[in-house]
Amino acid sequence: MKKYPPLGILAMQGDIQEHQKILWDLGIETIWVKKPEDLKKVEGLFLPGGESSTMLRLLSFTGLDIAINERCQKKDFPMFATCAGTILLARDVIPDQRSLSLLDIKIQRNAYGRQVESFEVPLQIDGLDELFTGIFIRAPKIIELYGEIEILSTYRESPVFIRQDKIWGLTFHPEISQDTRIHKKFLEYWD
Amino acid sequence: MSELKGTFKIKEGFADMFKNGVIMDVTTPDQAKIAEDAGATSVMALERVPADIRKQGGVARMADIGLIKKIMESVNIPVMAKVRIGHIAEANILQSIGVDFVDESEVLTPADDKFHINKWDYKVPFVCGARNLGEALRRIGEGAAMIRTKGEAGTGNIIEAVKHMRAIMGEMRRVTSMDNAEIMTYAKEIQAPYELVLMVKEKGGRLPVVNFAAGGVATPADASLMMLLGADGVFVGSGIFKSKDPAKMAQAIVKAVMHYNDPEELAKISENVGTPMIGLEIENLEIKLQERGW
Repeated sequence: MKKYPPLGILAMQGDIQEHQKILWDLGIETIWVKKPEDLKKVEGLFLPGGESSTMLRLLSFTGLDIAINERCQKKDFPMFATCAGTILLARDVIPDQRSLSLLDIKIQRNAYGRQVESFEVPLQIDGLDELFTGIFIRAPKIIELYGEIEILSTYRESPVFIRQDKIWGLTFHPEISQDTRIHKKFLEYWD
Repeated sequence: MSELKGTFKIKEGFADMFKNGVIMDVTTPDQAKIAEDAGATSVMALERVPADIRKQGGVARMADIGLIKKIMESVNIPVMAKVRIGHIAEANILQSIGVDFVDESEVLTPADDKFHINKWDYKVPFVCGARNLGEALRRIGEGAAMIRTKGEAGTGNIIEAVKHMRAIMGEMRRVTSMDNAEIMTYAKEIQAPYELVLMVKEKGGRLPVVNFAAGGVATPADASLMMLLGADGVFVGSGIFKSKDPAKMAQAIVKAVMHYNDPEELAKISENVGTPMIGLEIENLEIKLQERGW
């Protein structure tokens, strides 16, 4: 089996174990990143779903907000963000909230309505032959792209999966769909 | 392409998003803001916290809808609210106003002495309390997408939550070592659906849904204790707004859940956090809320 460098999961709050399980199924052991020193041990980072406001508070408490920003200055640190993770990385957030500002997008939190409006739908994704079940939970919507951003999937006319440099931003949750294909694609950075 | 809403996958997946986090009881929009600013992943809107329900007595019901709506408007995080056990109409009402999660709760006075709500009938997800594996699996069998220990709400005393979490985790560990022939008899003994007991075994001793701790959490150390025993996250009821400095206590408990297995961080978090709520001895209670539910 191929040997991968150590990869981390941002472990402030959220569905950390779900990313861990998918990566474990792909043969990868992950490190939970809770402090700046943990970030030094990893070559890539997954940002889970959860509550972005909770994660923000804990990011600044731990100093990881600054550490992640520094680590990303050279634009060669791969990150994979789902839902709340993508909100953390966006440059602009509606309603207004601080962020790490590493993805040149404007994102609206909870844009499809409350939980009863959450939905699952098959998505066409660039680079995947077959449809992928997108699970959207109180999902955000990417409403503006500012820079050179690649769109890998769109739903109801909004991008739901984007890529800028080595940062991937998804507004749905592949980690709870029991489908490893998108995580597997991300690992190609180390092939 | 067809969109599906209200599937079990979506309900249970939503509960996953609360993991490693803290859900706090609030009774006003201001308290909801304090909870959100402290890092709560969700707030539970109710009229009286359990400690006051216990003290004041009377029938405890679903909170006023005007109050729940005001709380929903005041924060961006998801809002939960409680219904009485078996009260289908209260659940219908909460679903119709768009509450994000419904707690069919023993903290309120039960409306039905035999039956819980058939939660499969709803798009909105439900969380229910449990004291042991059988009770947890009966609730999941009825469609609950999230389980929490009952503990003993409103006491600030962690012993009952510990008892219930240890019971559930211990029973699940035993299930993993059973052969499939033993599973049916065990399911009968604990009054749980056979298929769900089998699922616990197949998942290596985990519930098929998220399992939180509730009922008695009053300090950062209590939150850490419950996480160490295997909780996926923590509900704090009276413990925040019955403490001396709610904003500080709320923040400390959020941090404690993240650092639950790091004693040095916990020591820092536990410093000067203000007096926690006054606790109650279980032996002296007139009413045990945990005995409600069937």
